[in-house]
Amino acid sequence: MAEKFTFSLDGQEITAEPGQSIMKAADAAGVYIPRLCDTEGLKPQGSCRVCVVKMNGRTVAACTQPARADAIVESETPEIMGYRRDLVRMLFHEGNHLCPICEASGRCELQAMAYRLGITQSTKYPYLQPVRPVDASHPDIVLDTNRCILCGRCIRASRDIDGKNVFEYVGRGVHKKVGVNGDSLADTDVSIDDRAINLETCPVGCIIQKGRGFFTPIGERQFDLAPIGSNGKGRKA
Amino acid sequence: MPESPLSKHAKAEQAVMAICERFGNDRTRLLDILLEVQARFRCVEPSLMECIARQIGTYRVEVEGMVSFYAFFSDSPRGQVVIRLCDDIIDRHAGTEEIAQVFSRILGIGFGETSPDGRFTLEYTPCIGMSDQAPAALINERVVTCLTPARAEEIALGLKQGLGPGELDLPEGDGNNLNPLIGSMVRNNIRLRGEVLLSDVPADAGLHKALRRPPDQVREEVERAGLLGLGGAGFPAGRKWRMAADTPAERRFVICNADEGEPGTFKDRVLLTERADLMIEGMTIAAYAVKAREGIIYLRAEYAYLRRYLDTVLQRRRDQGLLGTDADGPGGFDIRIQMGAGAYICGEESALISSCEGLRGEPKNRPPFPAESGYLGYPTIVGNVETFCCAARILDRGAAWFRSWGTKASAGTKLLSVSGDCERPGVYELPFGISVRELLDLAVAPDAAAVQVGGASGQMINMSQFDRRICQEDLPTGGSVMVFSAKRNILEIVEYFLDFFIEESCGYCTPCRVGNVFLKRRIGKIRQGLCQPEDLDYLRELGKTVAETSRCGLGHTSPNPVLSTIANFPLVYAALLKINRDGREASFNIQSALEESRYLAKRRSMIYDPTYEGD
Repeated sequence: MAEKFTFSLDGQEITAEPGQSIMKAADAAGVYIPRLCDTEGLKPQGSCRVCVVKMNGRTVAACTQPARADAIVESETPEIMGYRRDLVRMLFHEGNHLCPICEASGRCELQAMAYRLGITQSTKYPYLQPVRPVDASHPDIVLDTNRCILCGRCIRASRDIDGKNVFEYVGRGVHKKVGVNGDSLADTDVSIDDRAINLETCPVGCIIQKGRGFFTPIGERQFDLAPIGSNGKGRKA
Repeated sequence: MPESPLSKHAKAEQAVMAICERFGNDRTRLLDILLEVQARFRCVEPSLMECIARQIGTYRVEVEGMVSFYAFFSDSPRGQVVIRLCDDIIDRHAGTEEIAQVFSRILGIGFGETSPDGRFTLEYTPCIGMSDQAPAALINERVVTCLTPARAEEIALGLKQGLGPGELDLPEGDGNNLNPLIGSMVRNNIRLRGEVLLSDVPADAGLHKALRRPPDQVREEVERAGLLGLGGAGFPAGRKWRMAADTPAERRFVICNADEGEPGTFKDRVLLTERADLMIEGMTIAAYAVKAREGIIYLRAEYAYLRRYLDTVLQRRRDQGLLGTDADGPGGFDIRIQMGAGAYICGEESALISSCEGLRGEPKNRPPFPAESGYLGYPTIVGNVETFCCAARILDRGAAWFRSWGTKASAGTKLLSVSGDCERPGVYELPFGISVRELLDLAVAPDAAAVQVGGASGQMINMSQFDRRICQEDLPTGGSVMVFSAKRNILEIVEYFLDFFIEESCGYCTPCRVGNVFLKRRIGKIRQGLCQPEDLDYLRELGKTVAETSRCGLGHTSPNPVLSTIANFPLVYAALLKINRDGREASFNIQSALEESRYLAKRRSMIYDPTYEGD
């Protein structure tokens, strides 16, 4: 097995294996780097950019950048935190994120990330207010892409874990969205038991399971109990 | 007897299956398959997506992902003749709008529409590489340039009367554009021939010399010459070659990036027309230097009119034993042409590779770099058309000869595409280090008030900066130099560039997908006089976030038009900003703010409307 090495993350010495990402190494050391598109068990894709860090002065995504021996990595600096706030605000403003009426409120990673980063009031950006049809064709599942943050977790889970490819990106630029493999969800072989549909997979309220809305009382919801990242790995459970 | 819908559908499926089979039902050739299906059916509708997916062993939604990514594909039928009018900023200044009205009037449809009889589609398209002969348009694959309302009318009437795009009576181009295999009215507009590329070059002199030396020496020669990638990114070409050669692999690839899409650039068009052999010679040398046996020329869809000519050149070189898979030496290397399908982002090398692999043209995560793991996972050299041409010349004349031009960091000459408000738009081959002022003098641009160097992603400089030099040390460029006179509106140009990036962003990462939209909205507000000085801080901060956190070069550079104009044209902004006095927001206009609620309430406001007299 190849030699382990160390690098510096905000002044703390972190041990990494060759090829290991900064994120994975930090997770293993119990140091949390904020993230939305990356989640345990799925291949990282580096698209939300919330995990940006500076490595030797260059901004990189911690989830896809392999750690390097003697790298100096900055994460919780005012500059990086500023970028993260801007990125999370962009995601809020790109979609329709109405927390008070959203089923995912309290277990939503976008909402929790906003709280963690201190975003508690409306921001300077314009709202893009998409108007996309909600797909409620499936007996067990609702897909509301107006609440999607394009993290691609459902796509990767369906493809790499369920082996089904129910979801895929369609369109490009600001018109990019998650499409389904058919005319509607009912037309696909998606199942409520798929990993793609699991509550842990969609970080927001885009994929909703029918018949079990608002199942946890306010005050007892996941992120009511502890802020996101409290367990040092950003996992929901 | 009318054909039943069922048999029509079955026939369509059969045709699609035949197309897939011709590409070996290979998932990685999906771009080619879709190009043919689109050409045949004028769309790739969901039932055909389903059929393709089944045939090549993928999913319909993946095919849909491809169709919805590339501008030249559509999921509903386009007209038999698709007219794509270039609405680049240079073309707009040259009169695109007037031309658009002529086409609309005669064909009876608006832009973005297809005529009910299915004959015509009108569309706008970003820069088609003809800024030196704007306004220009594509009629299917045929290029028409220097459009005037009269010429547009003639063309539209001809098409309406049933002439095919190839049957239109158009003036002749110049140089090799007259070659029957090209047969285009495009003009090269070569204004200045430098010694490296546009003067007479001996055929295959570089290749023959290269073959007499061991591959590592060939790589070293290119490294010693200090050749940088000439598409815009400026990465040392020799280092790429070395990385590819040093990575152990069973296959290696050489890809020529002929996806010239940066607004205002058209020098690769000229090289493809006039120096195709030199470019292929350079690719062959690269293949020899890194032991690659397979090559690809990625040709942008807008340059499809050059395809037949390039195919012929490739075949001739195979016949000459300079290409082909069944011989030793240079003949051990062969090249295929991969057509693009309308996506600026595919000029980014890893996005280009994705596209060649039949995927959405999204950049890949780095590391690994393409030279280590590129096309199909094999070490791949991606180089610009001009870079390969220079490599061939370097092997002929030597690194020292090449270095005798240019600056310390930018060796050699550069083809500059000059367009806009000047008397002599066209291609200039000049040594790196030339000042903008010298270039403007050559192009006869006495009224230049602002110059955009490096295309939409470059820098806008003002008159006091015209002594700045074009090179890595100062103003880098892939070749685009757009000249604007004082009568042009700087913020209209900036807003146009942002529209371009919004349209062309792949959407993979948050800052580029969303941030550019926000930049554009605020520029629009400034233009309406609805902003105050603090809004410049907003633009600077947002621009920095987009540039710093984006995943690829597109987002790293898309805020440049905003940031460089704020820095270099502060008065343009100052004139439109309102300063707050008495603690009131001067940019706030109560009347316009009330418009929407008035509209919704279907009545005027009693309090704020001075003319209101009650119902």
